Amino acid sequence: MSVPAAAPSSRLVVLGWGNDARGDDGLGPALLARIAGLDLAHVAAIEDFQLQIEHALDLDGADLVLFIDASVAASAPFAFTEIGPRDDTAHSTHALTPEAVLDVFVRVLGREPPPAFVLAMRGEAFELGTGLGAAAAEGLEAAWVFVRRLLEVPDANVWRKAAATSVLR
Amino acid sequence: MFRLETAENPQTLRRIAIEPLTRVEGHGKVTLLLDDADRVHQVRLHIVEFRGFEIFIEGRPFWEVPVTVQRLCGICPVSHLLAATKAMDLIAGYGSLTPTAEKLRRLMHYGQVMQSHALHFFHLASPDLLLGFDSDLTRRNIVGVAREFPEIAKQGVFLRKYGQEVIRHTAGKRIHGTGAVPGGVNKGLTRDERDAMRRDIDRMIEWALSAVHMVAELHRAKPEFYDHFGEFDSSMMSLVADDGTMDFYHGALRALDASGDTIFDQVDYAGYQQVLDEQVKPWSYMKFPHIRSLGPEKGWYKVGPLARVQTCDRIPTPLAEMERKKLLARGNGKPVMGTLHYHWARLIELLHSTEVIRDLLDDPDILGTDLMADKGERRAEAVGVIEAPRGTLFHHYRVSDNDQVTFCNLIVSTTNNNQAMNEAIRAVATTHLDGKTITEGLLNHIEVAIRAYDPCLSCATHALGKMPLEVDLVDAEGTLVHRARRNMGPER
Repeated sequence: MSVPAAAPSSRLVVLGWGNDARGDDGLGPALLARIAGLDLAHVAAIEDFQLQIEHALDLDGADLVLFIDASVAASAPFAFTEIGPRDDTAHSTHALTPEAVLDVFVRVLGREPPPAFVLAMRGEAFELGTGLGAAAAEGLEAAWVFVRRLLEVPDANVWRKAAATSVLR
Repeated sequence: MFRLETAENPQTLRRIAIEPLTRVEGHGKVTLLLDDADRVHQVRLHIVEFRGFEIFIEGRPFWEVPVTVQRLCGICPVSHLLAATKAMDLIAGYGSLTPTAEKLRRLMHYGQVMQSHALHFFHLASPDLLLGFDSDLTRRNIVGVAREFPEIAKQGVFLRKYGQEVIRHTAGKRIHGTGAVPGGVNKGLTRDERDAMRRDIDRMIEWALSAVHMVAELHRAKPEFYDHFGEFDSSMMSLVADDGTMDFYHGALRALDASGDTIFDQVDYAGYQQVLDEQVKPWSYMKFPHIRSLGPEKGWYKVGPLARVQTCDRIPTPLAEMERKKLLARGNGKPVMGTLHYHWARLIELLHSTEVIRDLLDDPDILGTDLMADKGERRAEAVGVIEAPRGTLFHHYRVSDNDQVTFCNLIVSTTNNNQAMNEAIRAVATTHLDGKTITEGLLNHIEVAIRAYDPCLSCATHALGKMPLEVDLVDAEGTLVHRARRNMGPER
């Protein structure tokens, strides 16, 4: 399915992170690169190694936010969920979780953040100097099909339904 | 033999492991051996991240290396970019950089130091310092600071963002930038980009100065504690400029002993192996560098902010130099050695970085268009060294006739601080844990000492109070007596 020529009016920020030199950790940057390649006027695609406090400022002015990452916990090929601000004390990396980034948004900008969703793609191996594994590469294709539908309909209500079923209708 | 490095009868002692578990960025743990009376007999910091880095580089074409090394570290990729590029300037045969190219690289580097120091203090250190070492874990993080001190948290976020913008303007992108290339830079600065950065820099200087004053005030409120927490004597090393002033981008090596006397000075870093040696120990993957003339037991040293503010004769920007003198006054004529002084020194460097950025933006050369040096004879071997946010960073390469890297030796800042961090946690364990029942608050004292160095290990601990820990208490027979877990929730 193709993305419509007329850009939706919603401003969508997509944050993808990971290290493409560390195996399946490159899933986030790989999917983000495809999104950026579409060159959609309503989409700002932002890549980084990790989520950090200043990413809260990147969400300022957005109507909708999509976080994209590899995950060792998500079921294959990916999980799609809505999130909200939370002082998340349970994560396994030095960087912020998406929920904590939203919390920093609230604290720094003094208002509620835009609706935000996480697309977590299943990863298995994260060794330095390796590329995507076969299962991750397959999952990337499935996520790409799914995310193109998301980009067509940047509407939080539609995304919520998709989050409930991982299917876009 | 180092005090508390190796217990005499380890099989009779209980073992506690403080183990942050990470997905990819870094992996470190602390182990403590205690007897039945909770007396500490052995304390070790193990960091198992750095193996494989050199192998990752070897075999690649040398011109790829400045980009490739940025993948080594998600925290300070610009440091690796610049150290590698300085080496590759020489390998590729380039002479002195053009004034514009060197100033653009400096702008990028000081932007990197600024954003790194801002992140460390506001995200990592301020929760401990402002909310207390023993405060509720669920509050002791940047969000907790934002609740209690909203302006401070806000300034931290904007300082960090500003530094990132300096990197973006000079490197071309937020990450994977290619601004610095062998021989110079491949991107000039536009007037609009310069003006955008210049517009906000005075406010950044003001906020950085406020941060220095805030941490100085914390020290004044509890001087005994701040002066002596994790205190131990050590040598110190950094680059300094030709005139002895602080310089993060280029200079020669200087080392001072714990009394402040010179061990060596103005050593060309290309000959670093003549003054430094690296020791391997069976219990750690990370090497233990030391000053060759003093040997492994006496020759270890510290690097990074607390070393740099003391190895230099002065800081060449006025506000930072004024604040440096206040910090040094704590030593009453001797070097200051308390671990928490790292925070104060780091903020002075943050202030210095903002002043340097302002001065560079006001320099007409920064808008120049002569970006590449003249090319001369290619070399087969070169060393590039910079003062990264966490300390001295060495990149050493040999390249074959067909341009492939055949040898790579990296001494990253955290490796330089390896023994010093071990000494810091031993000092803390002796003062705060020895003979006491281990509690989570006491274990946090260990983490506080490690975090003060902002090691790459802190890849695992940057989100303060969220550091995933698994602490196993094992009896002399190896049976698990007790397991405590925290922040071990589902991984994303």
